[in-house]
Amino acid sequence: MSLDRADVAKIAHLARLAVDGDEADAVARDLSRILDLVAQMSVVNTGGVPPMAHPLDMPQRLRPDVVTEPDRRDDLQATAPATEAGLYLVPRVIE
Amino acid sequence: MEWETVIGLEIHAQLATRSKIFSGAPTAFGAAPNTQACEIDLALPGVLPVLNAEAVRMAVTFGAAIGAAVARRSVFARKNYFYPDLPKGYQISQYEQPIVGRGQVEIALDGGGTKTVGVTRAHLEEDAGKSLHEDFHGMTGIDLNRAGTPLLEIVSEPDMRSPAEAVAYARKIHQLVRYLGICDGNMQEGSFRCDANVSVRRRGSDRLGTRTELKNINSFRFLERAIQYEVERQVDLIENGGAVVQETRLYDPARDETRSMRSKEEANDYRYFPDPDLLPVVLDEDDIAAIVATMPELPDAKRERFERAYQLSAYDAGLLTATRETADYFEAVAQGCGDAKLAANWVMGDLAAALNRDGREIADSPVDAMGLTGLLQRLRDGTLSGKLAKDVFAAMWAGEGSADAIIEARGLRQVSDVGAIEAIVDQVIAANPDQAGQLRAGKDKVMGFLVGQVMKASQGKANPAQVNEILRRKLLDS
Repeated sequence: MSLDRADVAKIAHLARLAVDGDEADAVARDLSRILDLVAQMSVVNTGGVPPMAHPLDMPQRLRPDVVTEPDRRDDLQATAPATEAGLYLVPRVIE
Repeated sequence: MEWETVIGLEIHAQLATRSKIFSGAPTAFGAAPNTQACEIDLALPGVLPVLNAEAVRMAVTFGAAIGAAVARRSVFARKNYFYPDLPKGYQISQYEQPIVGRGQVEIALDGGGTKTVGVTRAHLEEDAGKSLHEDFHGMTGIDLNRAGTPLLEIVSEPDMRSPAEAVAYARKIHQLVRYLGICDGNMQEGSFRCDANVSVRRRGSDRLGTRTELKNINSFRFLERAIQYEVERQVDLIENGGAVVQETRLYDPARDETRSMRSKEEANDYRYFPDPDLLPVVLDEDDIAAIVATMPELPDAKRERFERAYQLSAYDAGLLTATRETADYFEAVAQGCGDAKLAANWVMGDLAAALNRDGREIADSPVDAMGLTGLLQRLRDGTLSGKLAKDVFAAMWAGEGSADAIIEARGLRQVSDVGAIEAIVDQVIAANPDQAGQLRAGKDKVMGFLVGQVMKASQGKANPAQVNEILRRKLLDS
């Protein structure tokens, strides 16, 4: 399977990555080769094999429903570029 | 052309845990911005989510309540999209292996009868933060207190055929999650949110039309109106030669219409994949059985039991089991006073009216179950007449104390002493010779007038049944 520049542009946009011009061709080639490898693996019959969600064969550990985190807003906001009235400020987003 | 409406609902129920789904930060509503957002909620590097056991328990109880298969193994996945109130760049959700599989609920239809609505699935996920678009010098403010709050997303089959059915289904789920104690159901605060997928098709067609998704609906009334508006819009569009575009639309209650959200250039492409930070959630039979054993009696079962045990009509039993609080209240009063019918009448009558008038919930009623029980006991033993009981109830509502204390303080004890009532009856007969004569002559209609006069003279304290009897004896049997 091969990807073209338009595919790369779409994927890059979804990932918010800037991939332009010549780079896009190279990325398209690399990604296509990865897909070729996947295609090769698809040949193997995996009919009776359940999909693996995690390489560790262990169940998730659960934590009790207890509040353990105190308010540390001042510390945590110390590294934020802009805050006001307790809010993190970001470039305007409009729905 | 006859059109058929097809509706499916996606309900997000905020689970009533103390801490977040993947962190130990608190979930209380209304805290100052970002005071309940820890490193995990902020997606700082190096943090690891750890799943809240209580969120899992709550999801399992919901699954059991709708007769669904609870997954022995479920998997968390990353739903990838960029928005500033989602600091990780993905939402942790469940995709291919949700914790709750297919189930169903039964709804009551307006014209009588019931209908089964399928629940496709219910899965655990985290909520995002909130964006405040007021002007912060041209910037947007982000509050991440809500980020990481546990949600149970309940997805229905497209089984509803009218706005009323959609509301009945939403109310049913609302009732269930509140009975289970897994969600406070507060729609204004966003603890219970409904998105509606709506499409229309020509009646008789078995193909679904193109649907739109309605968001921003924060009451059952708005749910009904939003769907109504959207159905009309879609039918108009098609009948005028247009086509429905699959899109998300926001309901605007002020204008009672739905509006297209700025359409995204990209179709939703969330690129789900299993979250490597979280292992599969594994539950065995014993885990599930232990959780199911903690479940309270559910509304349908309670309604049937009330009908049977207290000989209530289906309608009354439905009203009295609408919420767990009402059912518990009624049951305490019915058992305390020993007369279920009387208890039902008071809970659905005077109590409901007073709650409604003051905009209160039964849980914070000024007259609690014990208080009402005390009042009804005095009604049953003849201390109070029905009229006086209403007065005492009003006084209890105003905070004047228990029924007994008010009866004592106001001297309201019903007069049941035959001699005392006879004396008053004699006075009334003497003062109203014409009416007394009419009654003697067989004009039964004046009976009410004479009883009224006696009640008035006794300041409402005479036992009306005795007054009746004595009047008849004196004027008719002589």
